[in-house]
Amino acid sequence: MSAGSMLPLTLEAVCFEAGGERHIHHISHRFSHGPRTVILGPNGAGKSLLLRLCHGLITPSAGAVRWAALTPRRQAMLFQTPVMLRRTAAANIAYALAINGVPRAARPARVDEALARVGLEALARRPARALSVGEQQRLALTRAWAIDPEVLFLDEPTASLDPAATRAIEQAIDQVHGSGAKIIMTTHDLGSARRLADEVLFLHHGRLLESGPAGEFFAAPKSREAAAFLEGELLW
Amino acid sequence: MVKRILLALVCLLGASVAEAEPRFITLASTTSTANSGLFDYLLPLFTETTGIAVRVVAVGTGAALKLGERGDVDVVLVHARGAEERFVAAGFGLGRRDIMVNDFIIVGPAADPAGIKGMASAPAALARIAERRAPFVSRGDDSGTHKAELRLWDAPQSGDWYREAGAGMGATLNTARAMDAYTLADRGTWLSFANRGSLVALVEGDPRLVNPYGVILVNPARQPHVKAADGGALINWLTGPQGQAAIGAFTINGEGLFTPSAE
Amino acid sequence: MNELGAAFATAFGLIAALDGDLVAIVGLSLRVSLTAVVLAAAVGLPLGAVVALIRFPGRGAVAALLDALMGLPPVVIGLLVYLALSRAGPLGVFGLLFTPSAMIIAQCLLITPIIAALTRQVIADLWAEYAEQLRSLGATRLRAVPTLLWDGRHSLVTVILAGFGRALAEVGAVMIVGGNIDHATRVMTTAIALETSKGNLVLALALGLVLLALSLTISGAARMVRP
Repeated sequence: MSAGSMLPLTLEAVCFEAGGERHIHHISHRFSHGPRTVILGPNGAGKSLLLRLCHGLITPSAGAVRWAALTPRRQAMLFQTPVMLRRTAAANIAYALAINGVPRAARPARVDEALARVGLEALARRPARALSVGEQQRLALTRAWAIDPEVLFLDEPTASLDPAATRAIEQAIDQVHGSGAKIIMTTHDLGSARRLADEVLFLHHGRLLESGPAGEFFAAPKSREAAAFLEGELLW
Repeated sequence: MVKRILLALVCLLGASVAEAEPRFITLASTTSTANSGLFDYLLPLFTETTGIAVRVVAVGTGAALKLGERGDVDVVLVHARGAEERFVAAGFGLGRRDIMVNDFIIVGPAADPAGIKGMASAPAALARIAERRAPFVSRGDDSGTHKAELRLWDAPQSGDWYREAGAGMGATLNTARAMDAYTLADRGTWLSFANRGSLVALVEGDPRLVNPYGVILVNPARQPHVKAADGGALINWLTGPQGQAAIGAFTINGEGLFTPSAE
Repeated sequence: MNELGAAFATAFGLIAALDGDLVAIVGLSLRVSLTAVVLAAAVGLPLGAVVALIRFPGRGAVAALLDALMGLPPVVIGLLVYLALSRAGPLGVFGLLFTPSAMIIAQCLLITPIIAALTRQVIADLWAEYAEQLRSLGATRLRAVPTLLWDGRHSLVTVILAGFGRALAEVGAVMIVGGNIDHATRVMTTAIALETSKGNLVLALALGLVLLALSLTISGAARMVRP
């Protein structure tokens, strides 16, 4: 890894409480460059919270979230529902570049490049909110990608999408990974997980029950809950 | 597009700030005097002769004198002798000149429930209104008209029938019409008042109903910025032969209104 | 209400003839209120956005104060501005009393809280929608101020129109600080008040109809220019 890389990201006994309740219990893990990490678990397991703790949107009540280097801050996140500013698709990407210090002169070329990478060039001048959900999510992904992140967090990125759009997003995620970014994604969709994961973290009731290579997890889960989850059973 | 709008707005702002300054003085007078139309007729004659424009701020007598006291105007023209003399005595004004007189009339509903029509004595008519507790609307605003009205009652009035409008002459007449009430009005406002309904003039001519006007220069010793020379020019013109003749010639619907009274 | 019919006829007559006095009065009304709303927006939009986004001690009190000041009676503002600009007052040396500038100042003070308070709500609602995404992209709350002001532009146009409408319609403040001087500080609302006080109800109503038509035209135009 080049000097100044943000990874590895280390979680040390991270806890999170809100409304008098503890939602994340003592989670420790080390996220390294390379494998695509998928955080799996039923709804309410705390996956989204964990992702937000890693990304810095919320702070842990106990424990620590440690990056190898704090600057430059090159991480981005994709949310379940894409959030677009009321401007054109191109302008949305330009905005992200502007926030991250890309000089005005360099932005148009980077915007065109970003749009082309996911095949959205034709929609550059369209108001971003007028695009379909699938197109908006692709736009959100390429907006995140445009700032050249080292780590890309994705929170249930295909939950709102139809199969065709899901496929397009998964392909794009592959592309981002291929360009050298670390992927950390949550999902409750087993199909997505199987397709994308190199490494799996299994969460249940805010606890990290299992972590390890994807192949091993899917073939032979070590915990009862994981096994039940993989069978498609509802977990309490 | 946005840039053009912004440019237009900046020009608008610029125009607001850079206002052209013709030669002018500011006169505080009463709403009844202004509403009679006298100033619209009289002051352009002065401006033609002297080249000085006159900006008239028309408020109640109390407010007009207050504007003079605070130095916000150059000349004051009101009809409240007592208050005018106190104004000069306190050093706010420099000399009071008689300029003209007009008169008040008591107006009321044509049905005249208090039976005052044609009475020669205004105080007696008002006493009868009080006795009968017939609805009466007072200016209630410390104006010259209000002060004149108060002098005509034998005692301060109160009760359901005595309504203080706290408003100018026109608004008070509107209220009197709506309530079918009596009121004391200056002849000028009455002559040009368009909304009479069933109100008619009932009592007039009593010498106690005479309403003298005075014009006062705001004291430049107290207020150095006052345009004393131009203000003095207005006063001299108003009390001089040209102004006095013009005042006497002013009519509303053919009826004379003011009698020049400068010595 | 046969006055209303007569008023419509009078109004059309005045407009069709482009009556000189009417044009002057309308022109001054627009000049005063437009200038006031431009200044008020220049202060109120960023102020509202900052109170919505930036955390500082006493922020809740400031927000409550802005909301309360929306209800400030114009005549009270007129009185306060008069006392300040009067020759006997602290700013008397500028000689601004009884000029359009004084009227602009009074109206600006009147509508800045309205614009600021409404902007605060618009921006706060937008922040609720955008906070996570903007923070994820790396935007600070301060950086989000211009972003959300632009993003909320449709709602903010309505906010500005609300302020402008309030200014154009008020009479208490401009009457006191302007003096309703003929050919100098007479605007539509003070002219209407004057004609009403003279008993010229049809003319007053006609002027009111002209004012209403003006407001409708401006709102209509603002709707069409939606960026």
